[in-house]
Amino acid sequence: MTVRVHGMLKLYYGLNEEGKTVDQAESMDPCDINGPHFDPEVYLNKLRRECSLGELMDQESCMVKQIRSLDSDMQTLVYENYNKFISATDTIRKMKNDFKKMEDEMDCLSTNMASITDFSARISGTLQDQHAQITKLSGVHTLLRKLQFLFELPARLNKCLELQAYAQAVSSHRRARCVLQQYRHMPSFRGIQDDCHAIMDKLAQELRQKFRDGGSSAKDLSECVELLLQLDEPAEELCDKFLSHAQSRLEADLLGLEAETDILEFIDRGCNEFVSSLCLVIASYQELFVNRPQEGELASKNIPQMAIGKLHAFVDALATRYFSLVERRIQEEKSVGDNSLLVRALDRFHRRLQAVAKLLPGSAVPSQGTEIVVRAARERIKQYLAALQSFYLNSLTDVRQALAAPRLGGSSAGELLSTLSASILNQIKSVLASVHLFTAKDITFSNKPYFKGEFCSHGVRESLVVNFIKFVCQSSRQFCESAGDRGGSTPPALLLLLSRLCLDYETSSITYILTLTDEQFLVQHHSPVTAVTALCGEAREAAQKLLNHYVKVQGLIISQMLRKSVETRDWVNTIEPRNVRAVMKRVVEDTTSIDVQVGLLYEEGVRKAHSSDSSKRTFSVYSSSRQQTRYAPSYTPSAPMDTNLLSNIHKLFSERVEIFSPVEFNKVSVLTGIIKISLKTFLECVRLRTFGRYGLQQIQVDCHYLQMYLWRFVSDENLVHFLLDEIVGSTAHRCLDPAPMEQSVIEVICERG
Amino acid sequence: MEDDAPVIYGLEFQARALTSQTAESDAIRFLVGTQSLKFDNQIHIIDFDDENNIISKSVLLHQAGEIWHISASPADKAVLSTCYNKTSESRVVTCGAVWSMPPEWESGSHESPDDPHNSHNPQNLELLCHLDNSAHGNASSVLWEPMGDGKRVISLADNHALLWDLTESSTQATISSSATLEGKGQLKFTSGKWSPHHNCTQLATANDTAIRGWDLRTMSQIYCIENAHGQLVRDLDFNPNKQYYLASCGDDCKVKFWDVRNINEPVKSLEEHSHWVWSVRYNHSHDQLVLTGSSDSRVILSNMVSISSEPFGHLVDDDDLSDGEDNHQDEKSKEPLQDSIISTYEEHEDSVYAVEWSSADPWLFASLSYDGRLVINRVPRALKYHILL
Repeated sequence: MTVRVHGMLKLYYGLNEEGKTVDQAESMDPCDINGPHFDPEVYLNKLRRECSLGELMDQESCMVKQIRSLDSDMQTLVYENYNKFISATDTIRKMKNDFKKMEDEMDCLSTNMASITDFSARISGTLQDQHAQITKLSGVHTLLRKLQFLFELPARLNKCLELQAYAQAVSSHRRARCVLQQYRHMPSFRGIQDDCHAIMDKLAQELRQKFRDGGSSAKDLSECVELLLQLDEPAEELCDKFLSHAQSRLEADLLGLEAETDILEFIDRGCNEFVSSLCLVIASYQELFVNRPQEGELASKNIPQMAIGKLHAFVDALATRYFSLVERRIQEEKSVGDNSLLVRALDRFHRRLQAVAKLLPGSAVPSQGTEIVVRAARERIKQYLAALQSFYLNSLTDVRQALAAPRLGGSSAGELLSTLSASILNQIKSVLASVHLFTAKDITFSNKPYFKGEFCSHGVRESLVVNFIKFVCQSSRQFCESAGDRGGSTPPALLLLLSRLCLDYETSSITYILTLTDEQFLVQHHSPVTAVTALCGEAREAAQKLLNHYVKVQGLIISQMLRKSVETRDWVNTIEPRNVRAVMKRVVEDTTSIDVQVGLLYEEGVRKAHSSDSSKRTFSVYSSSRQQTRYAPSYTPSAPMDTNLLSNIHKLFSERVEIFSPVEFNKVSVLTGIIKISLKTFLECVRLRTFGRYGLQQIQVDCHYLQMYLWRFVSDENLVHFLLDEIVGSTAHRCLDPAPMEQSVIEVICERG
Repeated sequence: MEDDAPVIYGLEFQARALTSQTAESDAIRFLVGTQSLKFDNQIHIIDFDDENNIISKSVLLHQAGEIWHISASPADKAVLSTCYNKTSESRVVTCGAVWSMPPEWESGSHESPDDPHNSHNPQNLELLCHLDNSAHGNASSVLWEPMGDGKRVISLADNHALLWDLTESSTQATISSSATLEGKGQLKFTSGKWSPHHNCTQLATANDTAIRGWDLRTMSQIYCIENAHGQLVRDLDFNPNKQYYLASCGDDCKVKFWDVRNINEPVKSLEEHSHWVWSVRYNHSHDQLVLTGSSDSRVILSNMVSISSEPFGHLVDDDDLSDGEDNHQDEKSKEPLQDSIISTYEEHEDSVYAVEWSSADPWLFASLSYDGRLVINRVPRALKYHILL
């Protein structure tokens, strides 16, 4: 308030600091009438010098006016101040009167207070003695109660022991312990302490016994542990004991497991007994040692960390044993009949392990369990592949037997093929369905990354389906190789059937199977997978190889017949031909049956148009070979040029015959291949022999017979003509007495045969 | 480097038998035996003038019968042996005999092919001795002791292998020892080869699908490759530089290479022909070059580097190494050699039953087809220089 008043006064008198600084510039001017350095002399001189008279007059009147107003202002101010001063003097006088009254009352109060103090002092003086006595008495009382408690402690403890109220005993003892410790230099207290110790030891013993005995319930057990911990038993030891106790029980569970037979039952029992007891053990252990509230000195020992470490080791060790049991059991599961059982078992196994994961975070057990499941799945795929392969081989054996069995109807090959491919397809489908169980939605492990990705693409598609298709192709190819050297252990019909099977695979089945797989398993190809085209290529290659091999084997069979028939006969001394040799009829019969066989599985194919009188054609070339003999005797000196003109001109215009050449996938091409091989063998064998007149004629008859029947099988009848001409021509060359048979006679003989 | 065109020579008769004149190391000369049942058979002696690319021939008569096999003495140019068919009284017997060419054949009947009317009097072969084996059946081939003095031959007759000693003048032959192939059925040697290794004490024979090795000192079997081929084995040849290596060919269209120390598996197997392979021959000097002839009318020259005695090409002498940098570059470029077909020769139009390297020029070979066409070919120049440099 004073500061404000001060400020206002200052303002009033223009003494504020700013004013000072502001005015400083003008204040130096002696002509400033308001400044402190005003010099009336200078001012007047200045005025007189500068102003005219009128102006001076005006200046003077203005100044007078100003002086007058300033005077009136000053008068007002003085008046106001005077009034205020008067009223202040009045107030002070009034205050002086009031204070005098108050001073009297205060004096009265102080005298009263003095008398009260006096009284109070007197009362306390009288009561003091009694109070001290009461305090002392109550002290003695509590001490006596404590002593009584102490003296009664052994008896009480004994009683508790008898009643098995261990908790009460421990808490009682705990209360007394410090005191006894403190006063143990006194003999009586020492006695009590010793008694207590003895009893408590006994109690601890009993607790330990109880702890050791398996029968007690988990709750009892935890109580035991709690009490023992309070009795300063070392926690580590307790953990060990607890765990070893649990271990013995769990091991009993494990032992019980080994006798099981059914996988689902096995896993069930494993889960219900072993895993659930394990979970129980983990839970109670954690309750006891890990999660208990930390109090007092126990906190410092860092029990939970130690306890958890022990628990992990314990669980890992037991789980490893359990897993090894489970794995052994799973490996025994070889029958691929019902996969759902295994999948359900694995699912249960996996599901129950999740409980362990929840109880014991950070444990390796669940991931190991998942690994076991993955391994089992992988193993399963392998087993399915093996099963598919053996199924395939078995059905091949069946087919082989069916082929070997006397045929009822001609259509058996086609039916066999369709049943074979259908049964393979069915088997693949059922295997896929079985494997598909692994990825069913209600299976817990199906959403693991392995089962979503690698299992589908790498496992099912590559390892199972692709490998199986590859196996089919490969085993087919093996039929070609092994049979080639060992003289055809595989029945040719099987080769033909397999070749058709592979071809069907190439055209449709592979695409179908792979599409089916991809759709069923929603395969997302993370890693590169075998392309359909590559598999198809492989299948086609196998089909081609099988068909080539079929042609080779069938050709060889007929070749052998022809070769034997040519090699074993004495062609010089043979009798005049009356019949077509039986072997030629066999050849035609066999070729016909091959034709039927191939016709069941392969399409007809294209053949060159042939003349209507194909079977009637006569051997023109025999005449040509006669012409050759006409050339020969002239003994023309050998020029570096062939003399066998006709034969060579003929060859010039016919294409070179590839004997063992790849065939196309049709009946005509296959038959052409077989006939080519047979006739070429015939030719080569004839060239190694020497013939008499009738030998030649017999060959003529035979060739005509072949000619009559074989042309219809081949794509280009000229090929048959050409080869047969070669045979007859060569025979004529190799004949000691080349007198050919009349064409009409040949025809008669052939038609009779 | 344009390769020379093949030279073709035609005989008027059909022919299967071809050999090079083993004892002749200067002239390129082949002997061809004809097969004719009606006319006198001939032996054509074909000389090839490499520089002028001209063939000259002379003809000797072989009146005994059609020739199925011919081989020349390694010691005496003028001596050769044949297996021939003798037809008498509706019986056909195959015999073996040793012949001598008349001394004046070179001057007398030698003629140029351009002069066709000069061959009225072909001379006869002079018989030295019969390899008389009437007791032992039909002879399929006669083998001379390789690099020998021309005094020892083996004849294969049905299921017997007979070792003959010839007298100094080769006019008499006596059986010194024999081996017989025992077994069920009618066994018959189809071909054989006398090994040039082991001091010429080994013989390899083929019957049916088996290849057998024989020790000539005891005339007992050393090894037997059962089922060497899927079908009949047609021919054999020994690698001239690797003593245990053997090539075989047969009716399964394959050519197989064997190490006779391990007879379970062939070392290598080729399947290039499309019909029976009748003849296989190692080149005498560069055993990577293998020649095969087949009844698919083709002759195939293969380069089997990986199993040859020169797997890394020709070993370069130290002198050559100092030649310059060009050589080094060549050296590097030819390091990785692969087995391959060098060439397929399609000059024949009928089955090729015999192929033969020249004994004088290692880069030259002849092949004979049934229609009597003899074709003389050379190893491609590029390959020749590749091997040599």
